Amino acid sequence: MKKLITFIIILVIAGFMALGFSDAAADSANGQGEKKIDPKEIIFEHLGDAYGWELPFSHHRRIPLPVIVFGSDGLHCFSSARIAHGHEYVDGNTTFVVPTEGPHRGKVVELVDGQERVPFDVSITKNVLAVFITVALVLWFAFALVGWYKKHPYGAPRGARGAFEALFVFIYDGVVKSTLGDKAKKFAPFLLTVFMFIFMMNLLGLIVIFPGGANLTGNIAVTMTMAILTFLVTNIFGTKHYWKEIFWPDVPLWLKFPLPIMPLIELFGIFTKPAALTVRLFANMMGGHMIVIVLTLLIFIFASVISVAVGGATAIVSILFSVFMLLIDVLVSFIQAYVFTMLSTIFISLAQEDGHHEHEKKEPHPQHISAN
Amino acid sequence: MELFTPSFGLVFWMFVSFALLFLILWKFAWPVIMKSVDERADLIDKGVEYAQQARLQLDNARKSADDIVAAARRKEADIIREADSLKAQIVEEARANAKEVAHKEVEAAKISIEQSRKEAENSLRQQVGVIALNIAQQVLRRQLNDPQAQQALVNSLLDQVENQN
Repeated sequence: MKKLITFIIILVIAGFMALGFSDAAADSANGQGEKKIDPKEIIFEHLGDAYGWELPFSHHRRIPLPVIVFGSDGLHCFSSARIAHGHEYVDGNTTFVVPTEGPHRGKVVELVDGQERVPFDVSITKNVLAVFITVALVLWFAFALVGWYKKHPYGAPRGARGAFEALFVFIYDGVVKSTLGDKAKKFAPFLLTVFMFIFMMNLLGLIVIFPGGANLTGNIAVTMTMAILTFLVTNIFGTKHYWKEIFWPDVPLWLKFPLPIMPLIELFGIFTKPAALTVRLFANMMGGHMIVIVLTLLIFIFASVISVAVGGATAIVSILFSVFMLLIDVLVSFIQAYVFTMLSTIFISLAQEDGHHEHEKKEPHPQHISAN
Repeated sequence: MELFTPSFGLVFWMFVSFALLFLILWKFAWPVIMKSVDERADLIDKGVEYAQQARLQLDNARKSADDIVAAARRKEADIIREADSLKAQIVEEARANAKEVAHKEVEAAKISIEQSRKEAENSLRQQVGVIALNIAQQVLRRQLNDPQAQQALVNSLLDQVENQN
């Protein structure tokens, strides 16, 4: 069975390589083979979002994904294959195109009288699909465990289920319960979901081919959404004492009246917390991806600038470093998911103060407890 | 830069996906997992407690059994000792009784011997008197002059007396 799976994987890889070579051959036949490498473009293309999902070993073959836009004349829904490589597509009366130049580069725009107009875009892009896959995977893991419990009451799960349970216990007991105490039950579902979701997104991002490879947590939209959710939970469930501490903190009167210096700082603090969450996760994950891409690109840069032999030599070093970086990224994936969850828990617990231990309370500034 | 401007579509789908994931897990997964983990932990705690208690009970039982055996041993020894002392007492009593009885019998025998002796003395005295009178009668009757004859007579009379007795 294992041998069969290995054989199939090798066959698939060989197939993709053959496709890639035929593409390359076609390119050189068209006289485009000697294109100059533009590292910046390649890096940002790989880090960013796309309307199709690139297949391995081929730059042109992509899994088409649905484009959903609300244009000036209503809803349009079509395959991303139709607008690939800068092709214009006419759907009904409207023309859509993904410009390769200009301010709306890489985004679907409507062409109205030769002018680019940005429609309301809720396409299922590569990242959106990756989010869906992540959700499906988390659900699969969770319900595999739930189903297992139903069959084996009082049993201890093994394998992947056991790993999921270990993560669950690690976060629930180690982070949520120890920080929130008797309020743990109330916030645990949110925090656990946040952890599992981010952790799965991080790990999926490290797999280079479909269904992985989307730089999800290295995308500011994703981290921002998560941070906003934490922000909402923190402030919606914030206690009276929490709000009092913000608008009328225990400081000498001149610090809050007539010039509200402390309240302003505290109010600012409310917003710096989600900002810190957003940037930390985004920067860490994006950095990891970028390093691996740059290491890989070095091979081609050296090969094209100096010689193929130097490129080959670089390849060995680069691949070794890439593997090393990816292994570190596995660790970082876990640490960042953990840090995000831990900080969220701390922010929520700070908003849960009810004034009993006023003097112990010390608002830790996000930078002080930041891991990275 | 494109990298730092969040695209609305992705934020929208993130919200939808996360909300869906959160709701499903919140309703159907987390409570079950929490409950199962807690229940298992409780079961393990209870098992450990039960085992400890069982060991304690076993120790107690062993101790009480030992105590019971020791008490039985003590009682046994007591009973034996008591029996020994009783036996000695009985023997002592019996001996004392026997002594007393023997003493009494000896006393009675002594009394009766004394009595018999007195009676014998009395009867001897009477008989001696009677014999002496008889002899004196015989002697007087023959009027003996001859000392030899007298002596022979006395001898024959004494022989008689001896023979009579």
